[in-house]
Amino acid sequence: MLSRFDTDHGTPERSTDAAVTLEIDGVSVTVPAGTSVMRAASDLGSKIPKLCATDSLEAHGSCRLCLVEIEGRKGYPASCTTPVEPGMRVRTRSEGIDRLRRGVMELYISDHPLDCLTCPANGNCELQDMAGAVGLREVRYGYEGANHFESKKDESNPYFSYDPSKCIVCSRCVRACDEVQGTHALTLTGRGFGARVTAGANENFLESECVSCGACVQACPTATLTEKSIIRFGQPQKSVVTTCAYCGVGCSFRAEVQGSRVVRMLPNKDGQANHGHSCVKGRFAWGYATHPDRITKPMIRAKISDPWQEVSWDEAIAHAAERFRAIQRKYGRNAIGGVTSSRCTNEETYLVQKMVRAAFGNNNTDTCARVCHSPTGYGLKTTLGESAGTQNFDSVEQADVIVVIGANPTQAHPVFAAQLKRRLRAGARLIVIDPRAIELVRSPHIGADFHLRLRPGTNVAVANALAHVIVTEGLANEEFVRERCEAEAYARWKAFITKPENSPEALEAASGVPAADVRGAARLYATGGNAAIYYGLGVSEHAQGSTMVMCIAHLAMLTGNIGRPGTGVNPLRGQNNVQGACDMGSFPHELPGYRHLSDAVTRALFESDWGVPLQDEPGLRIPNMLDAAQDGSFRGLYVQGEDLLQSDPNTSEVARALEALDCLVVQDIFLNETAKYAHVFLPGSSFLEKNGTFTNAERRISRVRKVMPPLAGKEDWEVTMALSEAMGYPMRYGHPSEIMDEIARLTPSFEGVSYEKLERLGSIQWPCNAQAPEGTPVMHVGEFVRGKGKFVITEYIPTDERTSERFPLLLTTGRILSQYNVGAQTRRTDNLAWHSEDRVEIHPHDAEQRGIVEGDWVGIMSRAGETVLRAVVTDRVAPGVIYTTFHFPESGANVITTDNSDWATNCPEYKVTAVQATRVTQPSEWQHKYRRMDAAQRALLGARRRRDTAPT
Amino acid sequence: MEIAKLVKMANQIEGFFRGEADSEAAVAGIASHLQRFWEPRMRAAIIAHCASGGEGLGELARRAVGRLAPPPPPPAGTAH
Repeated sequence: MLSRFDTDHGTPERSTDAAVTLEIDGVSVTVPAGTSVMRAASDLGSKIPKLCATDSLEAHGSCRLCLVEIEGRKGYPASCTTPVEPGMRVRTRSEGIDRLRRGVMELYISDHPLDCLTCPANGNCELQDMAGAVGLREVRYGYEGANHFESKKDESNPYFSYDPSKCIVCSRCVRACDEVQGTHALTLTGRGFGARVTAGANENFLESECVSCGACVQACPTATLTEKSIIRFGQPQKSVVTTCAYCGVGCSFRAEVQGSRVVRMLPNKDGQANHGHSCVKGRFAWGYATHPDRITKPMIRAKISDPWQEVSWDEAIAHAAERFRAIQRKYGRNAIGGVTSSRCTNEETYLVQKMVRAAFGNNNTDTCARVCHSPTGYGLKTTLGESAGTQNFDSVEQADVIVVIGANPTQAHPVFAAQLKRRLRAGARLIVIDPRAIELVRSPHIGADFHLRLRPGTNVAVANALAHVIVTEGLANEEFVRERCEAEAYARWKAFITKPENSPEALEAASGVPAADVRGAARLYATGGNAAIYYGLGVSEHAQGSTMVMCIAHLAMLTGNIGRPGTGVNPLRGQNNVQGACDMGSFPHELPGYRHLSDAVTRALFESDWGVPLQDEPGLRIPNMLDAAQDGSFRGLYVQGEDLLQSDPNTSEVARALEALDCLVVQDIFLNETAKYAHVFLPGSSFLEKNGTFTNAERRISRVRKVMPPLAGKEDWEVTMALSEAMGYPMRYGHPSEIMDEIARLTPSFEGVSYEKLERLGSIQWPCNAQAPEGTPVMHVGEFVRGKGKFVITEYIPTDERTSERFPLLLTTGRILSQYNVGAQTRRTDNLAWHSEDRVEIHPHDAEQRGIVEGDWVGIMSRAGETVLRAVVTDRVAPGVIYTTFHFPESGANVITTDNSDWATNCPEYKVTAVQATRVTQPSEWQHKYRRMDAAQRALLGARRRRDTAPT
Repeated sequence: MEIAKLVKMANQIEGFFRGEADSEAAVAGIASHLQRFWEPRMRAAIIAHCASGGEGLGELARRAVGRLAPPPPPPAGTAH
């Protein structure tokens, strides 16, 4: 059901310059051409009764409740399917209309259970409302005839119930699945009285291809499809608009609450990133926030083999600060550092880097974007001048050719994927560049024109070959390049890219992609109209990650596909605030706004504002910190919201580094894998418990609003502030809005951002300043941020991770829809119903060679380590390639990945690991060791000395 | 810092800058990258390695490391 706090206008908004004036019930109204009579009436505040219409779906005209009279027309047209016309005169009420509507409602109600008082939709039921609106007073047909009252409920989905006895067959759910989500999992089977909504091929919801996005539940006007949380708790009292804490789409949600208890998360219709759509994670998987595993009291211990001891906030902060200061006194100021997470807000990440620079007195600050999109920052800054995606999501609606490289949007960015698929169904062409046959390659009503199924590690070879074809076949937009790019650099690059060794034919052996396919894809990209590139970690997490990002920028500049809607270079950020964490100066070499520490003017600006001198040398990046920990020159680490041990490559080495630290302080909502090596645990707050902002993949800054008090008594920014003060550098903020004011004061691209403006506009895409006071949906219009675009020589250099006799397969990794990164959140929800363990995908040919069948235990060994996972035998992966997800710590996906990394940024090469796979009968030695360590740490947590008083 | 790892990283950087117009530009590019992105103790380690023969370092990387100024010694004690 829709939110009680939203207005449903019945049919979608139309945007066109042409306006139409008509008269409804004697009142004149002017609306965009193409608007329905129903919506025009809604604009006037006149609600025409309806059931099958809702403004997220195109009109259907089946319920016959919205009939109106139009002067000069016969009969009673449906207002939802009738577009406005100039001079039209409409009557929405008359005796004839009233009679017809009551007649329709009588039929509906004659086959509807009259259990309104105990129905979960009570208080928010459109059928009930319409019965009232049409003045239904009797049902002449009675209730004894044929009906569906005894229809069996489908309770298979963990989050919503399907009660067919309450279905009025309006098909809103079916159309939502088709039009909004594009999964086509629902259908109406049967005819007339026998018509029923069916999931999949007559399966239950859980077993069908339903992706549990919630669009059908939201569209349902009755209690047929209802959230189980609403069934359990009842209707909400109020709603708070906030931003999802999962992927980089940054969906806006209404957190619907009773007091401080969340009873439902509903996608916000006014959300500028998601336009009222959602996925299974944001919509349903929020229960982790109150999971019993939450730790709500600060804890300390001397050694990681000791039991934890609960202490007050003051004691924990003082203890952490004293240990850090002792390390600095003994080993120097640069012996400690801090790491923050893309799951944290902008204000939190800003404070962490400020604390490290001002209170710790060094630049050893980093963020988990190091291990995902740091090459995006380097590559785009080098070529275009700004470390960010160039478009808004809505830009895709004007794309004619869409290129998806190393990304799996239907799994990792599902709400944007739904928008992208809508565009594909409308006729846009698709090129997928990926070692796996991702869902976009072939799914209902979607098919890629080209799937360049390259060998992992050969992105740059394929991108160079694409550019080679565009230039040598005369398809480059030379006029754009001449006007917008550096001439000398382009001339050098052109001489490089046209060399025979960059031709598709020459690179076919390395990449495994047929040259003809590369040529076809290049021609389509260069000549197919507006062309837009979307890419993910399959681009960045390589030894040549930064180089590949530059290659992508080259393709856009070379064809003039940048600087206008429908085009551009669009990194799909893995987490909710990857963009923001980078913007906020979390990297060790640059201050907020991507300004290098060596820039004396910028440094002086911050020194003056913060009142401290800043070091002008870059600090350690995460992998450097871990290396320095092992050599003894780095001894103390503060980690906020990040799980280094599960996220970072070569787990055994990470564990050794963490074990070597004298003081590890972890601030998190759960005792994550890293925290098992910690000496101080500071309880964190979930996104529902704090105020702040996130910045999504389209540079959109959106508010995070507190809907319940922090379980541990403090929001994360308050904890950082306390630690900074204990380290001798007090910070004084009363609210995150004051932190944002400081960010705006010191960062030109955020100059015009404030909480007040965010309230007014809903969200803001930076840059937001005097030149763009309401933000910038599309960047690089007319001129690149760096002035002229730059082409750089991008020679393909094969990675060191090559197959050999010992390691003949290449492992690559990725995410799945229902789980999220290290799984700390989603593993503590009912999303386990879809994915309760990580498995390894292996091609039938490779499986047969090894005697592996579906479900077998498979030992996967690399030069870094070995783990064991169960097999999925599938041709989604190519021969020679295996694939796994990394959502469960015991899977040990990163036990296998190596410390090979991007040349420019040290972003790990997660996507290419040379491995061997063999059939085995038991878990790996590492997994046995992990289980022992996990059990020991859980025991130490269970044996913690309790502190009965509330945290202070 | 494990020197083998630093040598590998420096050689990777050399691989990228090898595309510059000439070796002088490549060496300048490598040196600038090391200066801008490597923490002083990493630079100190690679400088020391280079001074003792620079085993494993590519030619351009070796020349770039040779141009790096000695990094400042780490500051002692706490900031406040």
